Amino acid sequence: MTFGSIFSIIVGSIFINNVIFAKFLGCCPFVGVSKKIDASLGMGMAVTFVITLASGITWLVYHFLLAPFGLDYLQTIAFILIIAALVQFVEMAIAKTSPSLYKALGVFLPLITTNCAVLGVAIINIQEGFNFIETLVNGFSVAVGFSLALVLLAGIRERIEYSAIPAPFKGVPIAFISAGLLAMAFMGFSGMQI
Amino acid sequence: MEKNNYGKILFEGIFTGNPVFILLLGLCPTLGVTSSAINGMSMGLAVVAVLACSNALISAFKKLIPDQVRIPAFIMIIASLVTIVEMVMKAYTPDLYKVLGLFIPLIVVNCIVLGRAESFASKNGVFASLVDGVGTGLGFTLSLTVLGAIREVLGNGSIFNIKFAPAGFTPALIFILAPGAFLTIGCIIATLNYLKMKKSKEG
Repeated sequence: MTFGSIFSIIVGSIFINNVIFAKFLGCCPFVGVSKKIDASLGMGMAVTFVITLASGITWLVYHFLLAPFGLDYLQTIAFILIIAALVQFVEMAIAKTSPSLYKALGVFLPLITTNCAVLGVAIINIQEGFNFIETLVNGFSVAVGFSLALVLLAGIRERIEYSAIPAPFKGVPIAFISAGLLAMAFMGFSGMQI
Repeated sequence: MEKNNYGKILFEGIFTGNPVFILLLGLCPTLGVTSSAINGMSMGLAVVAVLACSNALISAFKKLIPDQVRIPAFIMIIASLVTIVEMVMKAYTPDLYKVLGLFIPLIVVNCIVLGRAESFASKNGVFASLVDGVGTGLGFTLSLTVLGAIREVLGNGSIFNIKFAPAGFTPALIFILAPGAFLTIGCIIATLNYLKMKKSKEG
């Protein structure tokens, strides 16, 4: 493991294989929570926190609990349970230790259990054969990519709110079209060689 | 829920309460696997299998599951079913399994499945829940197939893997790439909105 491989994971996960625009994970909150920039920032932070933690814990569980005993087939069940428990735990911990942070992130936390980006990243980490450090870095950068996409779309949607668009396109459809154009912009990164 | 209303439950799941285009649930697989009509349809059918079984099982066990832990219990049931579907697909349709890949285990976190469990199966009888699962699943399948077909026609000049476009036709590759998914679903929802507006104006 070198600095180069870490760097390529970071750039790859944030820009080239952006979790939303290239892999289509976490689309529900992407459309649902991207109406206001501050809400999407909160969601982004909550997701970053949970994905990084979940990546680490699922990696440990898989390599020290499931794989040695030949229980790989329990992967899906084990991971979703870990994520659900983790989200619950994080919610309680934040509520106890930092009420102000809880106020900012609280509403988003329960939504995260069903955010497929969390489970998706956990599975990808195992599939790619990352080691522990790479897993943490990948989880963190995927989440940063998610937050970036969310905030970008929220910025666009805040502006679109006040422009004259054809009535049938108001609301969700124009959000999808904007996301499509953003995805096109992100395709530009796919030519990058690291 | 009245009895013998299964036709209505089925219809509601497929059209008026279509999970994808009307309720906007389960968007990730919708956008992720619909690069062709076949892929969309097979993903949809996998969801039908999970949804019908999970609805029926949850409805059968609803009296045994304490209210406080019902969500984790539902997730456990769904995750077990998804694991079964995953293993079956790996064994019998390995090519398909490779294409759909990550999105098979991700059926667990598909909001449609948990949503139907919570809003329908935990309140209704076993058979009605089964019908609701099949209906909602078919609605999901229909949306994925339509989306996949449109993208395949525009992006590849074929439908269900059958080439029909004349030799001079250059397909717009963008439609089977990532941005095409967003553009197509945006246009479909806008069209549905337009039809709805027209209808409410007339009526």
